[in-house]
Amino acid sequence: MKIVVLVKHVPDAQFDRHLNGEGFTTDRDESILSELDEYALEAALQLAEARGGSKAGNQVIALSMGPAGAVNAIKKSLQIGATEGVHLTDDALAGSDAAATSLALAAAVRHLGDVDLVITGMASTDGETSLVPAQLAERLGLPQVTFASSLEVDGGRLTARRDADTSSETVEATLPAVVSVTDQINEPRYPNFKGIIAAKRKSITTLSLADIGVDPAQVGFSGSWTTVTNAEQRPPRTAGTIITDEGDAGIKLVDFLAAQKLL
Amino acid sequence: MAKVLVFIDNPGASLKKSSLELLTLARSLGESAVALNGELSDGVAAAFGEYGVGTVIRPSTDDLDDFLVAPKAAYLAAAAEAAGAGIVLLDNSPEGKEIAARLGIRLNAGVITDVVAVDADGTGHKSVLAGSYNTACKATTPVSVLTLKANNVTPEPAAAPTTPEAATVEVPAGSSTAAARITAREQKVATGRPDLTDARIVVAGGRGMDGDFGPVEELADALGAAVGASRAATDAGWISHDAQVGQTGKTVSPQLYISAGISGAIQQKAGMQTSKVIVAINKDAESPVFEIADFGIVGDVFDVLPQAAAEIKKRKG
Ligand SMILES: Cc1cc2nc3c(=O)[nH]c(=O)nc-3n(C[C@H](O)[C@H](O)[C@H](O)COP(=O)(O)OP(=O)(O)OC[C@H]3O[C@@H](n4cnc5c(N)ncnc54)[C@H](O)[C@@H]3O)c2cc1C
Ligand SMILES: Nc1ncnc2c1ncn2[C@@H]1O[C@H](COP(=O)(O)O)[C@@H](O)[C@H]1O
Repeated sequence: MKIVVLVKHVPDAQFDRHLNGEGFTTDRDESILSELDEYALEAALQLAEARGGSKAGNQVIALSMGPAGAVNAIKKSLQIGATEGVHLTDDALAGSDAAATSLALAAAVRHLGDVDLVITGMASTDGETSLVPAQLAERLGLPQVTFASSLEVDGGRLTARRDADTSSETVEATLPAVVSVTDQINEPRYPNFKGIIAAKRKSITTLSLADIGVDPAQVGFSGSWTTVTNAEQRPPRTAGTIITDEGDAGIKLVDFLAAQKLL
Repeated sequence: MAKVLVFIDNPGASLKKSSLELLTLARSLGESAVALNGELSDGVAAAFGEYGVGTVIRPSTDDLDDFLVAPKAAYLAAAAEAAGAGIVLLDNSPEGKEIAARLGIRLNAGVITDVVAVDADGTGHKSVLAGSYNTACKATTPVSVLTLKANNVTPEPAAAPTTPEAATVEVPAGSSTAAARITAREQKVATGRPDLTDARIVVAGGRGMDGDFGPVEELADALGAAVGASRAATDAGWISHDAQVGQTGKTVSPQLYISAGISGAIQQKAGMQTSKVIVAINKDAESPVFEIADFGIVGDVFDVLPQAAAEIKKRKG
């Protein structure tokens, strides 16, 4: 199988995150591989391993679109087990919204030839829109199987489970397809020493917009269909009254709710 | 005046509150039309009139529910074109956002998700980065697609009710050929409690509940609240995954969020820190949840929750 995993390099949520880049974009100083994309990578690795792994010709290609630093998300993916990496990077991509991102990623996926599956995370931990997987499926004309909490592939068909609010669904599609997976699907592995050494020998291909035949005017700030006109930091929540239970905290809680007219 | 199209999916016998919110917002932005999928009951038809809907569009086929998202987006794109819509509004559920995503590509339209308010010019307001920024976003395209978070608009019937016109839109041929098919659907049992995403009050429990959600449920019921949970609690199987609040669960912003035995990790905060009032009960005074609590109790959940529930019942008589 040839699987492309979409991995995004995002600001680490453990630190304060700021929208102080050009056009209110995120400051990318302390960035990491988006945690939610580790589930996508794990799902791909399990499918490849069940088919004999890379020795049997299975490919797990980690594709990331982003500035120079995004290569670190690809390197981490290679350490975890991806077989090769592709870094789509171009100055003209800066400021791309979901529509522009999906356009560039769709072109990159097409550039990679016959792909059986594109697996993504359920959402990026910075943009958090979940728009990219659905838009990618629409652009590629492929079946969309999103928010999968289980995934099986048998020949040219896939079966997934998807939890909606009032029901859970079993979904089937033919390959090739675009699949996004939730954090319920598996337990992502950590890179081990062997993996870290092996990653050094794996190849990372760098692609520009010209390489994938995308006109720079279609992406970035100019090609995006949405623009952020304002961003203001919310005043951080401040701690209120903290009490220690002396046997009557439940009553004090109710007093508080009554005073706030919340009863 | 702008034409505004609202997508309403399978309303059943009556419209959900979030649908009434969409209709109220739509009317404030222009002339509103509805693209419906599913049965049109008498109650829903009457509500459309009360909320001032001009036209109710329905699809030419009734099999849209057999597929995942794609044909619904194709139908809605055709409906938006037929209605000449400049703004399309959907609810902010995972499926609503995905239909919006594909609709955007079909209509060459900018998509803005997680919107809490919309200005007359179509600018959407939303908070990002786990609630740490408020932003304003605008589509630069002729059509804008927005998904509205529940609980941000007060539903209000129109001053002058309408008698909506009926229209049918052809679902584009072939829109289900490349779509994933839903082959089985298992209904979940309703809890009888308010829906987590639009509840006025949420009582949430974490690992500190140590396998027993009874005290959380008891307090929730005394308050008429929905039950939420941290991922530690849902992963442990103490409560259904549907109750998870946070980055990979639901985002809630109720009037009151009571956090019990939850440490307040960044992924949990992402789903609840825009709540109006936050109350936290945790036995560890150093827990990060106390940094965002309006009222914090350093104490044991098994003492505090039952005592509060009993006191509420006593006061309510
Ligand atoms: C990719 C990813 C996505 C995630 N998504 C989410 C998400 O959507 N939602 C989410 O919640 N988490 C999410 N998490 C997990 C998150 O990082 C935390 O691990 C989780 O929120 C911890 O849950 P907790 O606070 O219940 O447990 P803990 O962190 O273990 O905290 C338990 C708390 O209970 C207190 N306690 C124990 N006993 C008692 C008692 N008897 N009385 C009072 N207090 C008591 C303890 O002092 C402690 O503070 C995610 C993690 C990852 C990596
Ligand atoms: N710049 C990017 N590079 C690679 N993958 C991406 C990028 N942006 C989004 N994705 C993928 O799309 C998923 C959903 O992202 P989003 O739509 O931004 O919430 C992520 O989990 C990634 O798998």
